[in-house]
Amino acid sequence: MTVQAPPAPAKAATPVRRRSVPAAVWLIGPSVVFMTLLLGWPVIEGVMQAFRNEQGFTLEFVTRMVQDPYFWPAVRNTLLLIAVMIPIQFAFAIGMALLLRANPRLNKVHFFIWAIPLALSDLAAGLVWLSIFNDRGYLNSALAWLGIEGVSWLAYDNQTTMFICVLIAELWRATSLVLVIVVAGLQGIPKDYDEAAQVFGASFWQRLRHVTLPLLKPSLQVALILRTILAFQTFAVAQALTGQNFPLVVGETYRWYTGLQNPNVAAALALVILAVSMLTSIFYLRALREKTQGGTR
Amino acid sequence: MSQATVDTAPLKRQKRNRVLLQLTCIAVSLFMLIPIYLISLAALSSRESLNAFPLSLLPTSFSFETLNAFLGSTGVFGALGNSLIVGVGTLLLSALIGVPAGYALARFAFPGKEPYQLFLLFARALPIVVLSVPLARLFLTVDIYDTTYAVILLHTALALPTTILISASVFLGVPHDVEEAARVFGCSPFGAFMRVVMPMALPGIAAASIFTFVMSWNEVLGASILTLDHRTLPAQVLTSLADSPLAYRFAGGFALVIPSIIFIAFMRRYLTNMWGSTIR
Amino acid sequence: MADISISNLIKTYPGGTERATDDVSLHIADGSFTVLLGPSGCGKTTLLRMLAGLELPDSGSISIGGRDVTYLPPNKRNISMVFQSYAVFPHRSVRYNIGFGLQMAKVAKEQIDKKVQWAADLLQLTPYLDRLPAQLSGGQRQRVAVARAIVVDADVLLMDEPLSNLDALLRLNFRSELKKIVQDLGTTTVYVTHDQSEALSLGDQVAVMRKGRIAQLGDPLDVYDAPSDRFVGGFIGSPPMNFVDAAVTPDGELVVGDQRLMAPSLLQSFGNHSIVLGVRAENVSVAKERASGHIAATVLVVEPMGSTILLTVDVEGQTLKVQAPPSFRTAPHQTIWLGFSPNTMRFYDRETSMALEAN
Repeated sequence: MTVQAPPAPAKAATPVRRRSVPAAVWLIGPSVVFMTLLLGWPVIEGVMQAFRNEQGFTLEFVTRMVQDPYFWPAVRNTLLLIAVMIPIQFAFAIGMALLLRANPRLNKVHFFIWAIPLALSDLAAGLVWLSIFNDRGYLNSALAWLGIEGVSWLAYDNQTTMFICVLIAELWRATSLVLVIVVAGLQGIPKDYDEAAQVFGASFWQRLRHVTLPLLKPSLQVALILRTILAFQTFAVAQALTGQNFPLVVGETYRWYTGLQNPNVAAALALVILAVSMLTSIFYLRALREKTQGGTR
Repeated sequence: MSQATVDTAPLKRQKRNRVLLQLTCIAVSLFMLIPIYLISLAALSSRESLNAFPLSLLPTSFSFETLNAFLGSTGVFGALGNSLIVGVGTLLLSALIGVPAGYALARFAFPGKEPYQLFLLFARALPIVVLSVPLARLFLTVDIYDTTYAVILLHTALALPTTILISASVFLGVPHDVEEAARVFGCSPFGAFMRVVMPMALPGIAAASIFTFVMSWNEVLGASILTLDHRTLPAQVLTSLADSPLAYRFAGGFALVIPSIIFIAFMRRYLTNMWGSTIR
Repeated sequence: MADISISNLIKTYPGGTERATDDVSLHIADGSFTVLLGPSGCGKTTLLRMLAGLELPDSGSISIGGRDVTYLPPNKRNISMVFQSYAVFPHRSVRYNIGFGLQMAKVAKEQIDKKVQWAADLLQLTPYLDRLPAQLSGGQRQRVAVARAIVVDADVLLMDEPLSNLDALLRLNFRSELKKIVQDLGTTTVYVTHDQSEALSLGDQVAVMRKGRIAQLGDPLDVYDAPSDRFVGGFIGSPPMNFVDAAVTPDGELVVGDQRLMAPSLLQSFGNHSIVLGVRAENVSVAKERASGHIAATVLVVEPMGSTILLTVDVEGQTLKVQAPPSFRTAPHQTIWLGFSPNTMRFYDRETSMALEAN
């Protein structure tokens, strides 16, 4: 009888382990298989497409991509758009989230309205703003009613206004994503911190700088990574507003694949996007982490 | 006596700030709404009024002419159907694969959980364009290129990481006690899940599903690359963009915008939960 | 340091129907320790938050040290506060947290370091100065919150249930430490709590609040000894004061059911009235034998508490809690005899529940 005693705890322990592992595997398994097949495999396949021809390894497609006259303008436009848009977008989103936190009347209605573009594609946003910015569109009509002569906002020789139009359309569409993440982050910060800072003499800007923004950092980090990666993928806005006049890298992928029927160069362009996305994510993660360590001193 | 000495200047300043706050909020809302108003106006105007200049900024010539012409043009009606098929198909497939995985992520500790989560985050960040081009070739070899299945598979792959993360957070919100209580009172693990956990998680899962549907409804690039004759609505609009009149484009924009607004109205209560929870 | 004058403060929360504070007036002397005590929803926290400027009153006024602050934002009030949740900033070190108020006031760096060091020594936080709050225990985080509150040279120190998140033993220890720190500091302090023992042990002055009004204001012992109404007596003390329906005969004798009690002479003036007798458990003597002036009671529950035995007894259909010495042996269903001494009896009006004054 005393001999039988020791196995008891072992018996109690094993069913837990034995049961939970297979259960988890059964539940997780399909997703792993599916994602490996549809995410992992294509990435490898994409690398092969970009760097291999019938003879084996080649830089032929990369060279063609780089030598295309649209390539560098597309890279420049993409980077410029991101560099200008992301800071404005974050300033707006944080400002809007703070407005909502101040609890204005119809708070929920405002939030809903500000979140609407979250469900819009960049194609839809482009078409919406096309109705405003085209030569005979609503903006020029409004100006005409005011007696002011219109401008060809989207004309090829007006690179600046074209850029601004794309920028406004993207700000309109994609700020909601940042907003929703920031609002969720703010909701997770107890009001007490802000109140404590107030009581101890901090002004609005001091509170924002010393309390709210540092506490928001995890949310901002996620928003920044997500938003930048998505910004690299923007193309239909520009396509709808300007056609080929404002090339972006993803738009070039689309053009090489459908227009020029060259999947290999398209794959090479896609890898550029992938590489830049990964690099920025790593950059953000590094930069924001180092700041934390420096801050605690 | 004491009333008289109260300094109300700060109160007045605060009231002024409140007014300013309301006005700023209204201004932002107008910035968000006016473009939607204008595209609706354009899509619901008659063709001749769209040719006029300057355009009327008020709904003076309400007509379904433009919208009817758009819906009547080749491919659009079929594309609408394809969009629905792809959306629902993506929703079902990603729920089928993603919800169990989310449940496991929320409830079990298993070896490899950390790498798995990292993998999900990585997968979520994978640009669509990277997948679309190679997948087109793969689908050609297995002979499902240019079918709605191909687009469903691509969209599911894109939506799956988000679905898993969101449903994991939804299940985390269902207290474990409740499930254990059901077990103590005689439910099997599956019974406890179906009778207790699922009903509590259902609203969140439903919101996540709508989210998946919206993503699929909006996706342009992959759908245009993977199909030729079986295009979804955005793909159809995109490919006919260059050689279609403005009225067609406005109607197309309107047709893409309106369903999105309806979807987001359905999931408005879950907006912050969904995005907030995926942060963990 | 400064005194606080609160007059006719009225506040209704937006969307609420009842007043959170209903015409509250209160003077808090310079350097005193005042406790606002009451059940949840009585308006004590609202009152404190209006002192802090975190809520604004609908009408009335608050002045600190003669300066009107009624509608001033919190950062212009020169106050300091300990929060119930501690509100210690999680993203910065203990050192930064303690020095936060000084930094906001743009005090010189050496000065900040010196004061932080002083507060850290006082609260035994020196070894933890460079840690993050997440690496501290709840009790230590509480100490950080107190240290942060005492380093600033504030006119008024506000505390919102600062001990309620600590476990029982820690709470007891820290309570006396807190009392000493605040005494040495000498700052005017307003302390909110729902725990009557905290209120009695800490305050120079206790304001018992109920439904947005101050039910009784006074020295802690007075409030305990002579509650101004049944609510205060029932809220303060553990166990709460016993209330027994009784009657006064025309010739000034006190009757509970069919039993007569020795009554103090002041009752003469209430001849022929129905009243409520209030008496604390420790002021009732118990005996196994009948004695003159004692009344009979049936034991319902016996709870030994260590230093005393708490008895729940039935007197003429009314339930009382009384304390017996630990040597007292009894059991449920036994009959015991209760004695009341006239100077510990309090009397209340049956309709208004207010204390009856002899006249």
